[in-house]
Amino acid sequence: MYDVAVIGAGVVGAFCARELKKYDLDVVVAESADDVAAGASRANSGIVHAGFDAPAGSLKAKFNLEGNRLMEEVCRELGVKFYRNGSLVLAGKGQEEQLRALFERGIQNGVTGLRIVGREELAAMEPNVAEGAQSALYAPTGGIVCPYGLTIAAMGNAMDNGAALECGFKAVSAERCKGGWTLHAASGKTLSARIVINCAGYGSEQVAALFGDSSFRIGARKGEYMLLDRSCGGFVRHTMFSLPTAAGKGVLLTPTADGNVLVGPTSVEQAEYDTSVRREGFDDIRAKACLLMKDIPFSQTITSFAGVRAYSDRHDFIVEWSAACEGLFHVAGIESPGLTSAPALGAYAAKQVAEKLGAGKNSTFDPVRRPQHWFRSLTDEEKNEVIARRPEYGKIVCRCEEVTLGEIVDAMRTNPPARTLDGIKLRTRAGMGRCQSGFCQPGVFDILRSEYGLQADEVTKNGGKSFVIAGGEL
Amino acid sequence: MKRDLVIIGGGPAGLAAAIAAYDKGVRDILVVERESRPGGILKQCIHNGFGLTRFKESMTGPEYAQRFIDEAEKRKIEILTDTFVTRLTDKKEVTCMNERGIFTIQARAVILAMGCRERSKGALNIAGTRPAGLFSAGTAQKYVNLYGMLPGKRVVILGSGDIGLIMARRMTLEGAKVLCVCEIRPHSSGLRRNIAQCLDDFGIPLYLQHTIVEIRGKERVEGVVVAAVDKDKRPIAGTEKVFECDTVLFSVGLIPENELTKGAGIPLDGRTKGCTVDGDRETQAEGIFACGNVLHVHDLVDFVSEEAEIAGSAAAEYLFGGERQKRLIPVQAGQNVSYVLPQRLDAASESPQKLYFRVTGAIKNAVVRVEGGDGVREWKKIAVAPGEMEHITLPPAYFREAEGLCVSVLAQEA
Repeated sequence: MYDVAVIGAGVVGAFCARELKKYDLDVVVAESADDVAAGASRANSGIVHAGFDAPAGSLKAKFNLEGNRLMEEVCRELGVKFYRNGSLVLAGKGQEEQLRALFERGIQNGVTGLRIVGREELAAMEPNVAEGAQSALYAPTGGIVCPYGLTIAAMGNAMDNGAALECGFKAVSAERCKGGWTLHAASGKTLSARIVINCAGYGSEQVAALFGDSSFRIGARKGEYMLLDRSCGGFVRHTMFSLPTAAGKGVLLTPTADGNVLVGPTSVEQAEYDTSVRREGFDDIRAKACLLMKDIPFSQTITSFAGVRAYSDRHDFIVEWSAACEGLFHVAGIESPGLTSAPALGAYAAKQVAEKLGAGKNSTFDPVRRPQHWFRSLTDEEKNEVIARRPEYGKIVCRCEEVTLGEIVDAMRTNPPARTLDGIKLRTRAGMGRCQSGFCQPGVFDILRSEYGLQADEVTKNGGKSFVIAGGEL
Repeated sequence: MKRDLVIIGGGPAGLAAAIAAYDKGVRDILVVERESRPGGILKQCIHNGFGLTRFKESMTGPEYAQRFIDEAEKRKIEILTDTFVTRLTDKKEVTCMNERGIFTIQARAVILAMGCRERSKGALNIAGTRPAGLFSAGTAQKYVNLYGMLPGKRVVILGSGDIGLIMARRMTLEGAKVLCVCEIRPHSSGLRRNIAQCLDDFGIPLYLQHTIVEIRGKERVEGVVVAAVDKDKRPIAGTEKVFECDTVLFSVGLIPENELTKGAGIPLDGRTKGCTVDGDRETQAEGIFACGNVLHVHDLVDFVSEEAEIAGSAAAEYLFGGERQKRLIPVQAGQNVSYVLPQRLDAASESPQKLYFRVTGAIKNAVVRVEGGDGVREWKKIAVAPGEMEHITLPPAYFREAEGLCVSVLAQEA
């Protein structure tokens, strides 16, 4: 029996696992998909919010500020690229009062460094800013991070410290057992743990229901995005927002931690989880983004996608022990600023659980993980030393992103191991460039086959039945 | 490391350029190839029809490539395979990476022959899901022809580029059902002979002015929604039709791969997405030449070889004689012409100059008109189409006094 079972390997579950491993606890993470970061953590804006947006006194405000404060150190430990590029909320004529209100709220929330900049300074900060933007709220503590990179790294670090990961574990029932709970998966597998943490994202309402807890509802709100090629990297430096409305923070335009430009998201209420993109979504993004920046190089779009935010009917985070059920802790309804908050949410949940179980500190915990991008950040001389020892680091597989065979092999042999084309892509960027895997996909397909001894019709794009080859061998 | 001539890319362009340079006397040649074998994309083009123009015989892609590989071997031209060029400067420094490490070569002349890549589905912003089963046509071609695997059994193809047409036939021959080819434009971008031999002969419908408006399927493609489009390429409501399929191939254009060129700061032509060159195929960086699909996308490899020979010979001339005194005049694309290559011509040249160009739309009974030199010259063409590159040759007497030339294509008056 494990001490703790975390349900869900999104960014919140990953940080729960990592923080739990700072205590003397046996931890397992049960994930219904075949890889980590399969839901909202895969497809979101990748923004580390400053914290001026959440209502004062809310859990969102509390964890946002705390998460933002932690992010720098966490990313250094985990080897994840994080940039405090600062954010700008733009206001047009007649919107000065709203901007002022946002500034006041930020001050109340404890955000540091906030100030309102005028048109001239704004234009100097962002030469391509839209003509209509007269002033802006500048938040220097705003940042950007790769959301799936952060999730993979946090989960990997938890695993390096002894946490177990069970992918393909879709919990379908929970029953009391001596000293805890037994979870049953659709596959027939079971897991037992003294405490269960519910980090199941959109599925967290269903997970709560398995335990007889129906204290909250989870809704799905889809957000569509367009991603522009790295060649547009210099187009924007800060994360550009418009003034928030009741529907959320609206369409933003930001550089990504990997040097692309991301535009989105839309906001579409949905009856169920659905990541399809709509034609109207693109029109919506284009129309709204033009209020932020002028001459956006949409012709350099390399892909478009959608993510689903799971929000709760409390419209705030749910971070608490279940009132209905002993031994169940919820970290649910984690919509924006969930990515920012994740390190703080994990630390808080782990502390609650450790106290409950009376667990002491884990003296052997190592917070450091080798950066995923370690090889590409070396000098040519250092790379040559690596290649001399491991020649596969001299062999480029993905030409657009210049990903080497060595990096791909590492992605399959580092926690959490990649087993699919998308798994390799999220860990190494192979296939994420301008050709969108046209050239490297067969190569990566081959590498997966030989590493795992798979037949041609067993390689998947992202697990399940997403087989790459559906017509068999000739 | 120092070399006289470094050629980036060991496909048909790079090989032909190397052979031509050798035959003009250059001996210190290095061809850098990122794959394990030379031949480039021809390795996976196992259909025939290559070489009809140049060799007056029909060969497969690998056969065509082999001729050049054999010629290069005969001359003992060094081809460094499994080596990736990571950086190029306008000072002709070429930085390479392979399993032995990273090293920089100082070349005296460079020929760019990196080829092109397929425009990806991601650039199209198609609505719907993003399941497995979406392939660019060339990727599917690699799976079928080099891996011996069939990507899927029921296929819809978007875009009527040549690779898509070839793959419609190829997938059909291997037992897949190709439901249709959709082309958003009113004309195909492929060769007429490919439409006849790859679609018509197999009863595969080509829907012009149609596109895919939605992709369906959660894990693997389950179907697509196809709709007719208006003249602005906007889908027409009410024309949607659902096709159940497990695979979608995209053949929606080719883009010269000029990342190295951009890194070196060499100017590109917005139209061709390749360098702007003169008749020698010399770019705006002295001693750096370009040829093949990295310069502009060709329909026929025969013309790639021809262009590469121009570049290879010119590089040799440059290596032996230094930069020639040139009087460069601009060559402009006029009415109904999308681009002309080369973009600049040496009016002082003593040899005839061949101009390649593409038209913007299909014209029957067309007249090609060149102006700006010694009078107006005209050539009659029975039919021209955007999918087929055209060319004309000008004698030195025509452009000797010219300050600039303009090529246009007009419909012949009845």
